[in-house]
Amino acid sequence: MKRKDILGIAGLSPVEISVILDLAESTKGINERTVKKVPTLRGRTVINLFFETSTRTRLSFEIAQKRLSADTVNFSVSTSSISKGETLVDTAKNLAAMGPSVVVIRHGVAGFPHQLAQLMQASVINAGDGFHEHPTQALLDLMTMREKKKEIEGLKVAILGDIARSRVARSNILCLKKMGAFVKVMGPRSMLPFDIQKMGVDVTSSVQEAIEGADVVMALRIQAERDMAPRFPSLREYNRYFGLKTKHLKYLKPDCIIMHPGPINRGVEIDPEVADGPLSVILEQVKNGVAIRMAVLLLLLGGRSIYEIGD
Amino acid sequence: MKLVIKGGRIISPGDGIDLVGDIQIENGVIKRLSDSQTDTEGADVLKLGESIDESTLNKEFIVIDATGLIVAPGFVDIHVHFREPGYEDAETIETGMMAAAAGGFTSVVTMPNTNPAIDNQSQALFVLSEAKKHGYVHVFPAGAITLGRKGKALASIGEMAEAGIVAITDDGDCVMDGMVMRRALEYSSSFGVKVISHSEDKTLAAGGAMNEGIVSTTLGLPPIPPQAETIMVFRDIALCELTGVPVHIAHVSTAKSLDLVRQAKAAGLNVTAEVAPHHLTLTDEAVAEYDTNTKVNPPLRTQADIDALIEGLIDGTLDAIATDHAPHTSTDKSRDYISAPFGIVGLESAVPVCLDRLHHKKGLPIEILIEKLTVGPARAIGMQKGTLREGEIADITILDLQKEVTIDPSNFHSKGKNCPFAGWSLTGAPVVTITAGKIKMMDGKLVC
Repeated sequence: MKRKDILGIAGLSPVEISVILDLAESTKGINERTVKKVPTLRGRTVINLFFETSTRTRLSFEIAQKRLSADTVNFSVSTSSISKGETLVDTAKNLAAMGPSVVVIRHGVAGFPHQLAQLMQASVINAGDGFHEHPTQALLDLMTMREKKKEIEGLKVAILGDIARSRVARSNILCLKKMGAFVKVMGPRSMLPFDIQKMGVDVTSSVQEAIEGADVVMALRIQAERDMAPRFPSLREYNRYFGLKTKHLKYLKPDCIIMHPGPINRGVEIDPEVADGPLSVILEQVKNGVAIRMAVLLLLLGGRSIYEIGD
Repeated sequence: MKLVIKGGRIISPGDGIDLVGDIQIENGVIKRLSDSQTDTEGADVLKLGESIDESTLNKEFIVIDATGLIVAPGFVDIHVHFREPGYEDAETIETGMMAAAAGGFTSVVTMPNTNPAIDNQSQALFVLSEAKKHGYVHVFPAGAITLGRKGKALASIGEMAEAGIVAITDDGDCVMDGMVMRRALEYSSSFGVKVISHSEDKTLAAGGAMNEGIVSTTLGLPPIPPQAETIMVFRDIALCELTGVPVHIAHVSTAKSLDLVRQAKAAGLNVTAEVAPHHLTLTDEAVAEYDTNTKVNPPLRTQADIDALIEGLIDGTLDAIATDHAPHTSTDKSRDYISAPFGIVGLESAVPVCLDRLHHKKGLPIEILIEKLTVGPARAIGMQKGTLREGEIADITILDLQKEVTIDPSNFHSKGKNCPFAGWSLTGAPVVTITAGKIKMMDGKLVC
């Protein structure tokens, strides 16, 4: 794969997406061994630059890096100089001066990884930028869907929640559409961004309508509002009208899978009985997250084929 | 000292002039404008495109050969930010004036959102006295509507008017309180200063970084709906109707706002409006690479808005093209898209952008374009500028419609390099700027 960065699903071709998913299937094998480490990225430095708090994604990237024997450095918001007013250009120059092979970035503002990528030689992986994209999340979601459903093409996927402010939703919509799936998004109108249907999705505000006939149902995390103009009155009311509840189980196809990018707000966007029930593949998503991130790192650092990973 | 501009096509829409002829200037004043030849025996001839000996400019009798060129009244930009006092690292009154002259302008209206704001007589006098030190262009300050531009108490409107301001505006911020805006209109009418509306419902625009549409949805940037503008355009037209006091709408960017202005004019209300070059040429698609030089308020809209705005220039709904020249330091623009400040510099790109994209590419008649850069803006604000009459101070802009230029912000005289047109190759440019009878720019170079 000849590309410097993975900034979003928007820039990936369906072929590239398939290559990443295929390679992740192989890397997943490494994660099931007793000794979960290969020497492929020995001597390579990876900086994990997280301007927003993250547990799952940061750990997942770090584990992926360590299993590939890369040297991993973590760098987090509160202690970094950006919060002291350093410009993006200076940040990029300083990072580049330290000679990393890859910089993994999460930032609260859309486009930050794109701006940084233009200013440095190192590969940049977007680990989530504002409400824009979270490409590795979408890739691990598609990997999970493919494992469970064999084909992405023709799948009916429902995404529920705060679509307006979800990078997971945007990356998944882009990725699923590129791979030929049908996508329906559901949320209160105040959480649906302007003209979202132009991204090729169906739109509804009814949970039942969204999930009926769906092969995959994905609930997104809902957070309590601190804005001046909240998008909903309370978590309780959100759950009541827009949560994925036990009572909805009867509308689901028996082979439907339930997904969630985590962390789960139990009793808000999803009831515990649903999240923990037999249809849930939430922990499988987490497992695949490591495999996807290993695959992406391998492909960026030299386009190695799966045979070079070691056995 | 005598200066004759010879053989150009003289277009002055405010005077109904469109002829090939000569303009004779003596001691800074237009002595004669005629389609007959002026006797230029013994004069030193300046030829454009050739290197100019600076000493020639000081000769007693100079001729500019304007054959094949357009000679127009000096261009008037009624919306510029010169940042001084307070933000001198972004622009000063001097560098702003240089940028104006270099870009073909001879008169500018400076916005009062400096630090401190221009909200009292001594601040207004400061701008005027700074401007007087540098003769590149005429500077007409606008004062604030409210003290500190906070939207509450009225600024010293009468005293600023006495000092010489031509307009009041809280530009950069909207006066959100309808009663304050009403009182500002009523009170200011005693002093003959124009009220300029920065029409933006701040509660609807809150937190936004770009136009709301499919592009903001795709890019995941917080949106500013077009309605944040139209709501306030409507309110201020309504207040014009209520008070009978004229209102000028700054930087109209949406088709809907334009319709409101069109209806107001049809109803006989004294409403005028301006549009910025970037709103006539760029859409929100330009934000796709997260280049902070595309971040501007009001934000870049859609192709449908552009088409409507160009129509608005032709049908007279829009009176003026005004740059909203808003310089920022590269440090401030080198931030993420949400933290970076709003603003685009315009003085040194506006004329080529308009000539190429509106005249050459969209067929906007040159007479209309010149009107929107001269008498249109001058009348909107009530300034005695933008015409070519015998006995008037000689402010003249000469255009070469065929000159090829490439926009290169590193050559700007403005301190602000935040220009989304960087690298654009354009046809048509100002080649001479004459302010009060003196040549200030020739072939893109400042000469005084």
